Amino acid sequence: MAEITGIKEIIRPENLVYKRTKVMTDNILSYCPGCGHGTVHRILAEIIDEEGLQSETIGVSPVGCAVLMYNFLDIDCQEAAHGRAPAVATGIKRLLPDKFVFTYQGDGDLAAIGTAETIHACNRGENILMIFINNGIYGMTGGQMAPTTIPGMRSSTSPYGRDVKIMGNPLKMTDIVATLPGTYYVTRQSVHTPANVRRTKKAMRKAVQYQKLNRGACFIEIVSNCPSGWKMTPVESNKWMEENMIPFYPLGDLKTPPEEPASNLKPEAK
Amino acid sequence: MAKVRGSIVVDIEKCKGCEVCMVSCPTGTIAMAGEVNSKGYNYAWPANPDLCIGCANCAMVCPDGVITVYKTKI
Repeated sequence: MAEITGIKEIIRPENLVYKRTKVMTDNILSYCPGCGHGTVHRILAEIIDEEGLQSETIGVSPVGCAVLMYNFLDIDCQEAAHGRAPAVATGIKRLLPDKFVFTYQGDGDLAAIGTAETIHACNRGENILMIFINNGIYGMTGGQMAPTTIPGMRSSTSPYGRDVKIMGNPLKMTDIVATLPGTYYVTRQSVHTPANVRRTKKAMRKAVQYQKLNRGACFIEIVSNCPSGWKMTPVESNKWMEENMIPFYPLGDLKTPPEEPASNLKPEAK
Repeated sequence: MAKVRGSIVVDIEKCKGCEVCMVSCPTGTIAMAGEVNSKGYNYAWPANPDLCIGCANCAMVCPDGVITVYKTKI
């Protein structure tokens, strides 16, 4: 092979390793620098692209930072009222059972105002994928304390750290839904390092494939950062998350599907 | 000489300068530029392009998906 002398000789279509997927639009993301939302959008878009589901996907966007999700993903999206994304997704999936339906929610949406919808949709075993971004704070409204704020964590409404005696205990939503019989696959991941992004992508691909089997709800929690709400730089916030959030919210699969013969695991014919 | 050479292309206008790519680069290829883009962010750029091995770690963690990665064997 000819010796490579310049960078221009490497930048050729045949040498391409990684490129932004076409399922993401060209709009600049509205998230703060370093926010995990962008990474999760991107890996979700890559999975939709690789599984060939772009025309069959319907997303339900929440109220919160990800409210403008439909501007960034080139798929069909429906906006739901605050916390009601699982209820809207239930309706969509029941009317259009051939579509792949997912909800994308933050902790203020899924674990605070929408707790009832989340738990009941999971308990009914709706065939939807729920993506839960947990950054332990109400990021969009100025960093107030959320149900998922960990003990001792500072926020604008708990400036001396969350005191469990006064403010109550944090809610581990993923642990709760893992105990419900309606969920099929429950996992907790993060996106702060390349290895974790790859692991999250693998988990998300599994969840998307399980949706085709119609066996129940899949639930992915992604422990994420909020540099603006935590008043840190993105790199500092990732480090803080690794040292404080991840010991409290340990990563890994909380519920994996039961063993089944491979012949049962083929997608149902349309 | 290394067996694998890589190269990255950064979409400067979309970069928000969060530096997450810089800390995840195993070879120290990426640095933040002294100049800013039209939004006022110090964007990422391959300061030491000869060190790049095309591992795509930077592209994996980039929240804004602005990095394109190329790799070739020599």
